[in-house]
Amino acid sequence: MLVETLANLFTPEHLAVIAACTLYGTVVGAMPGLTATMAVALLVPFTYFMDPLMAISAIVATTSTAIFAGDIPGALMRIPGTPASAAYVEDAHRLSRAGRARSTLCVSLFAAAIGGLVGVAMLALIAPQLARVAMQFSSYETFWLACLGLSCAVMTSNADVAKSFASLFLGLFIASIGIDVAVGYPRFTFGNFELYDGISFIPAIIGLFALSEILRSARSGETGTRVTADQEPLPAALREALATLRRYKRNVARSSVLGTLIGALPGAGADIAAWICYAVSRRFSRQPERYGQGHVEGIVDGGSANNAAIGGAWTPALVFGIPGDSVTAIAIGILLLNGLTPGPRIFTDSPELVHTLYGAFALTNLIMIPAGLLVILVASWLLRIPRRVLMPIVLLFSLVGAYAITNSAIAIWIVLALGALGYAMEANGFPLAPAILGIVLGGIVEDNFMTSMLKAQGDLLAFFERPWAAALGTLTLLVWALLLWRAARDALRRRSPAS
Amino acid sequence: MKQVRSTLSTATTLAFGIAAAAMSSTAVADTSDQCGWQPDRAVTVIVPWGTGGGTDANARRLASLLEDEMGVPFNVVNRTGGNGVVGHTMLARGKPDGYTIGAATVEIDTMHWIGLTPLTYRDITPIALIDRTSAGVLVAKDSPYASLDDLLDAARDNPGELTASGTAQGGIWHLALAGMLKAEGLAPDAIRWIPSKGAGPALKELMAGGVDVATPALSEALPLVEQGEIKALGYMSDTPMEQLPDVPATGEALDSGWTLGAFVTISGPKGLPDEIACAYEQAVDQAVHSDAWAEFKQSRGAPVVFEDRQQTRQTLAEADDKLGDVIQSIGLAQ
Repeated sequence: MLVETLANLFTPEHLAVIAACTLYGTVVGAMPGLTATMAVALLVPFTYFMDPLMAISAIVATTSTAIFAGDIPGALMRIPGTPASAAYVEDAHRLSRAGRARSTLCVSLFAAAIGGLVGVAMLALIAPQLARVAMQFSSYETFWLACLGLSCAVMTSNADVAKSFASLFLGLFIASIGIDVAVGYPRFTFGNFELYDGISFIPAIIGLFALSEILRSARSGETGTRVTADQEPLPAALREALATLRRYKRNVARSSVLGTLIGALPGAGADIAAWICYAVSRRFSRQPERYGQGHVEGIVDGGSANNAAIGGAWTPALVFGIPGDSVTAIAIGILLLNGLTPGPRIFTDSPELVHTLYGAFALTNLIMIPAGLLVILVASWLLRIPRRVLMPIVLLFSLVGAYAITNSAIAIWIVLALGALGYAMEANGFPLAPAILGIVLGGIVEDNFMTSMLKAQGDLLAFFERPWAAALGTLTLLVWALLLWRAARDALRRRSPAS
Repeated sequence: MKQVRSTLSTATTLAFGIAAAAMSSTAVADTSDQCGWQPDRAVTVIVPWGTGGGTDANARRLASLLEDEMGVPFNVVNRTGGNGVVGHTMLARGKPDGYTIGAATVEIDTMHWIGLTPLTYRDITPIALIDRTSAGVLVAKDSPYASLDDLLDAARDNPGELTASGTAQGGIWHLALAGMLKAEGLAPDAIRWIPSKGAGPALKELMAGGVDVATPALSEALPLVEQGEIKALGYMSDTPMEQLPDVPATGEALDSGWTLGAFVTISGPKGLPDEIACAYEQAVDQAVHSDAWAEFKQSRGAPVVFEDRQQTRQTLAEADDKLGDVIQSIGLAQ
């Protein structure tokens, strides 16, 4: 079996496909506005002419590297390339402005590769068991999980608590635009059917992060580059990155495992995994006050969690043929097209496919290291380009990317409107990250709340009736109680010296 | 693409050599003067639903076959949003010059009843029908209901107790269930509908015990039914599904003979000239009857179906009446 799997993996064509897709994924992921899903959708026509093992490897290679590469524009330009990089973009960017772009990106790269390897190891060892647990999650459990995710916005923010809440609620408001899934009623669309589908996530993130950054640099009249011109040499950056990972090896292990588990849950994905692991990391860190100020610890956690989640997301798809996200939906389509039906029996009927899938995952995460280093080397030269030249180019790419997602000019308006909003928010000390989290999770929270209420006919106790729901619900309420208690304690402390 | 092209034109190549192969599609189209239209630049194919779904897969496969036949690129563009309103509107309002076609689906017969849009099937030019799928009635593997009658009796005795899911409120699979209940003399909401974002999430809810019944397309649940993870009690068609011959067809099993299927058409904008529509009809006819298409359909567990322009128009009109009736009876009509 092992020999056969290796023979399948190490054919020249197969290696060539993986290498090509690794580079392709890196390029797409590094472009602000182009997502991992889009990269995979563009691959589909080619997969018709590949054998299924190769097609699956191509998809796996493309997604894994696209999620890592999303960190690159995040660190260099403060524009997360994919939503999964948004959690720690502030830290990454501050570090690279301090001249540590290469070592920061190397940390991201190695954390991503380790996370990916842990993800596939868990997939190989406990996929069926993991899928059984994941399938216990109905709308009640998903609702609590998403609530827990929303709490991260407040837990991870260094800004004023009131302003963090304001930002979060702005995000939730933006998420409520469009037709709601429960009763099909259009909200805040002003009769414009282009808005029925809501504010797409990609234009929103481009507006809030990219355009506001461009506006800010135009306003401040920065002409030269503010980043120290001399880059760290690559060997030094590598040493630094490896030392960082050794220092935070517990974080890597914790976030890789947690990321895989979160990725396996229906409705959660790489982005939620990154947020939750970042929040957990801050909670248990010895230096929580440094998060968001350019601290590398959170990058270790978020970077390994989002790549680990990719492996996790394959569990429900492989074991039950039910896609966890749009990427696995496309992958299932390709399997079906080749006469392979995902489901409990795929493990006995086509073990060679399952093993090759694991092998391709592992191989991709290894090939990603040299490919990623190459891209980091090239990309860090970007910092030498004067911002007044770089920023208009970024704007152009961003707008094209936003348009490409929806094929609609409304995306450009969304970028412009949210860009102005993001600029105004930052200028007045409102953090952007909670707003993004609100946009990501708002729909999930609402859909699952409405679905649960419809099922229970308005009985709120139903949210605690199922075992997992009761556990997650209690945990969420405890976290909230803790946050409130700490806020009250801080407020009292601040008042006592004054009085 | 090379593979497909070579299988399509092997016979021609043998007879006339390579030069003739490039002309083969023109030769077919020329059989009737009326249908002589040929695209000379790229054609846009609008899909109102997302990548990875059934409509998208059908449209993409067909587009690649049409590309080989007509010799110009067919670019598939997913215009999702508004429960299909956005894509269908873009299709209907497109320029009727033959360079915009699209995959209009059964929802064009439902969304105007719900008040989402004034658009109806009269605003598009049907070219052909290429896909048909019927709803399945599904329950979890540990469900107490072993047959459709058990389920209907339970719903009759305790109306509003059971819940079902499969798509959004007022979506085609919601109408499938409500229509069946009504046809069998129950209240259309005797089994309460829990909206979901599609078949996948609904099946997940069913397996997690969140709902009692799911009624998505049976083909979507095929692997799970075959492997015993969920039970299929009925198939809303006149004949059983080929892969699942033991699942009773509601057309035979129910007194009312209720059936309901969703379909995918290839259609053009309103006012597409006959000459162009006819040329596409012929091209789609040929593509749908190719080996490549048969293979594709088999992989999805669906039969090859084809209806020409007249039949498709009639299907659209009949479904419009039937679905309008159901939507009014469940109080969703605006």
